[in-house]
Amino acid sequence: MSLLEIKNLCLSFGDIEILRDIDLTIEAGEAVGLVGESGSGKSITSLAAMRLLPPSAKLTGEILFDGRDLLALGENDMCRLRGRDMAMIFQEPMTALNPVKSIGDQIAEGLRFHLGISRRAAEDKVLRLLDEVGLPPARFSPHRYPHELSGGQRQRVVIAIAIAMNPKLLIADEPTTALDVTTQAVILDLLRELAAEHDSALLLITHDLAVVAQMVDRIAVMKDGEIVERGKTLEFFRDMQHPYSKKLLAASKVKPKTVSEIKPSDKPLMAVKDLTRQYRLPRQNLFAPSRYLKAVNDVSFQIEAGESVGLVGESGCGKSTLARTLLALNKPTTGKIEFLGDDLFRLSRHALLEKRRNMQVVFQDPYGSFNPRHKVGRLVAEPLQLVKNISKLGRNERVAEALMHVGLKAEDADKYPHEFSGGQRQRIAIARAIITRPKLIVADEPVSALDVSIREQVLDLLNELSVEQGLAYLFISHDLHVVRAVTDRVLVMYQGQIVEHGATASVFDDPQHEYTKKLLAATPDLQATLQRLEKERV
Amino acid sequence: MITFIFFLRRIAFSSVTLFVASIVIFAIIQILPGDPAQLILGMNAQADTLAALREQMGLNAPFYSRYFEWVLGIMVGDFGTSYTYSVPVSELILERLWISLPLAVMALSLSTLIAIPAGVIAASRHNKWPDVSIMGFTQLGIAIPNFWFAMLLVLVFAIKLQWMPAGGFAGWDAGIGAGILSLTLPAIALALPQASILARIMRSALLDVLAEDYMRTARAKGLTERMTLWRHGVRNAFIPVLTILGLQFSFLIAGTIIIENIFYLPGLGRLIFQAIAQRDLIVLQGLVLLLVAAVIFINLLVDAAYAMVDPRIKRAYHE
Repeated sequence: MSLLEIKNLCLSFGDIEILRDIDLTIEAGEAVGLVGESGSGKSITSLAAMRLLPPSAKLTGEILFDGRDLLALGENDMCRLRGRDMAMIFQEPMTALNPVKSIGDQIAEGLRFHLGISRRAAEDKVLRLLDEVGLPPARFSPHRYPHELSGGQRQRVVIAIAIAMNPKLLIADEPTTALDVTTQAVILDLLRELAAEHDSALLLITHDLAVVAQMVDRIAVMKDGEIVERGKTLEFFRDMQHPYSKKLLAASKVKPKTVSEIKPSDKPLMAVKDLTRQYRLPRQNLFAPSRYLKAVNDVSFQIEAGESVGLVGESGCGKSTLARTLLALNKPTTGKIEFLGDDLFRLSRHALLEKRRNMQVVFQDPYGSFNPRHKVGRLVAEPLQLVKNISKLGRNERVAEALMHVGLKAEDADKYPHEFSGGQRQRIAIARAIITRPKLIVADEPVSALDVSIREQVLDLLNELSVEQGLAYLFISHDLHVVRAVTDRVLVMYQGQIVEHGATASVFDDPQHEYTKKLLAATPDLQATLQRLEKERV
Repeated sequence: MITFIFFLRRIAFSSVTLFVASIVIFAIIQILPGDPAQLILGMNAQADTLAALREQMGLNAPFYSRYFEWVLGIMVGDFGTSYTYSVPVSELILERLWISLPLAVMALSLSTLIAIPAGVIAASRHNKWPDVSIMGFTQLGIAIPNFWFAMLLVLVFAIKLQWMPAGGFAGWDAGIGAGILSLTLPAIALALPQASILARIMRSALLDVLAEDYMRTARAKGLTERMTLWRHGVRNAFIPVLTILGLQFSFLIAGTIIIENIFYLPGLGRLIFQAIAQRDLIVLQGLVLLLVAAVIFINLLVDAAYAMVDPRIKRAYHE
């Protein structure tokens, strides 16, 4: 008997069909990967197995867990199963924990519910669990609150909650997508170890083929609510059948950018000199001196016209502070930024506006960065107020031109942002950035919210625009694959400082700084994993 | 330590607010029309008697010296002497505080006791009949003016059913039960609109919380829907509710002025009303300052409650 057996599972909300004929089995102790892009139905499938869907969901088929039909089980029986026999780890560690309860209480809660023990009695077990997930209680008191922990540490707490009762099945829904690569590597190791130790089966849901390859025994690929292909990990990669699987695989391999021959000049587009930006930290007590955090610490670099420069580093390393300062949205504490020959922070308001026309920005979230009540034409035209003497007709022409440059149609100007997909919205964001014909675009994680297949298209577009319009980019990302695909040079940032910089290819092939090495080693590498699996097979 | 600094700063800010408020109150009352000396002596008073009284009352002294005299007096508990009653203002206030304070406490607790469960029920039965009916009632509660509702209460419970007195206050000497009984109808009248607003806030705050990721985490642990609602939902939903609760206190004070008049309760609200009608400016001045102080104090309490409910507040305040 299999541990989990999903047979002919169909799910609909009203008239909308979400899942069609899902068949999926997981044996005890086995690790299975469910791969697909957003909206493919992979998370919904796992929530259906936990019976955590809203009551409006109509389910048919069978979900057998340990031989019991979950769809026939009453809510009380289901509560006894959840957390005890089947547990779940979620994608977003920042929001998965209750902000007003201590982490100890949140870990103890499941124990107290299932074992009927007191808070005191659960205490020992909580300390052991914290230790087990790599949060030694000596440093991470159970009385801490979630906001006092980093993203990776919070995910460890979520894992502690999940393994508390030694569940037979652990469902991990994109457990590392919101984390840095270095953190991702340790969390994946931890998950694998704990699943083995507790003898739990693992259902890993992810969009990342490189991650799934190193974690699971079998893979199932989902698209539009159906499982389109499945197989043992190695066989699956060796002999892919379905075009969609092939497309996913192709998209996950990056083609390094053909490097443009741009030499450092004495008249760079942007020159950053000894830039430092610090924040004041809260005082320890009333009389203690103020402490400062140098978010950006003595950073110098240049960007040449038409050059694409990558900025990589983990969250909290100062990337975003640096980007805001380059855009003259923050004032530096010391140091200066020259753009087109002038120091940005010595310009008059008027002259600064003129400079802003030449530097535009593309943000990460294609959903949050548009006012939903404005039409695309108006959104894209917005930066044109930086351009003097432009008629209404000229404005419309520029909008149409920008939209066509990014692969949309001129008529799209009359639509609202919600009528577009995520990838198309990011194209609109790019259109908005290029409409003033800038010389530099700062792109802050422009593709990290996009699915892999769409990500590639957007990266291609950015590369094309750079060649066509001689655009320079500062490309900020935590994803090394992406940086490799679009940049000529790369800056590696760690704790506010640039610890390594050089041509992208040479930094990737021969990293010098310890941190860069660590970063590269932590990045999941599909080819290396497959080679290792082949070797193990022999 | 951080908590300590947090409250020290809050208290410092509150003191500054109170100081500024005292200047504003004094200044406004000075420019209001109506000469207290004229009022005491009547319209036909002789000019020289009037001048003598003004001199005696210290009304001829410059603005700042009168202000400091007033403020320094208040610091030692001397609010001045009422023009109309010729008794110390502090005595007048203290006597009536014993009616208004219990009334306010009753009204606030009543509204909270009704609103929180109503809001929770409405949110947990979203768009089902309990939600729809609770929302209907709160709509009425907000729409009905409380003085009209007060008269309705009197008609039904005092005149028809004769369960409670229609108005007046026998004094606490007549027994605590009798005192509470005569404050019940006014407290209900005051609480109704407040409870309606609060229930709506509770409902919408809880609906937001119900959609949060951590509610799903709690369910995945095995907690039942009801446990998740009370243990994880309600406390988080309290944060916006506390803000409204603090704001409502000021409206409650405004409400007492009308309600105490309807029920003939000799409380602070009625004292304000009388002081205005009789141009008893020194009473009015002291009373308004006292009420401002009360509002500031309540907001200080709300801040303390925030810090208790939400561990992030102290940190956020610093950053």
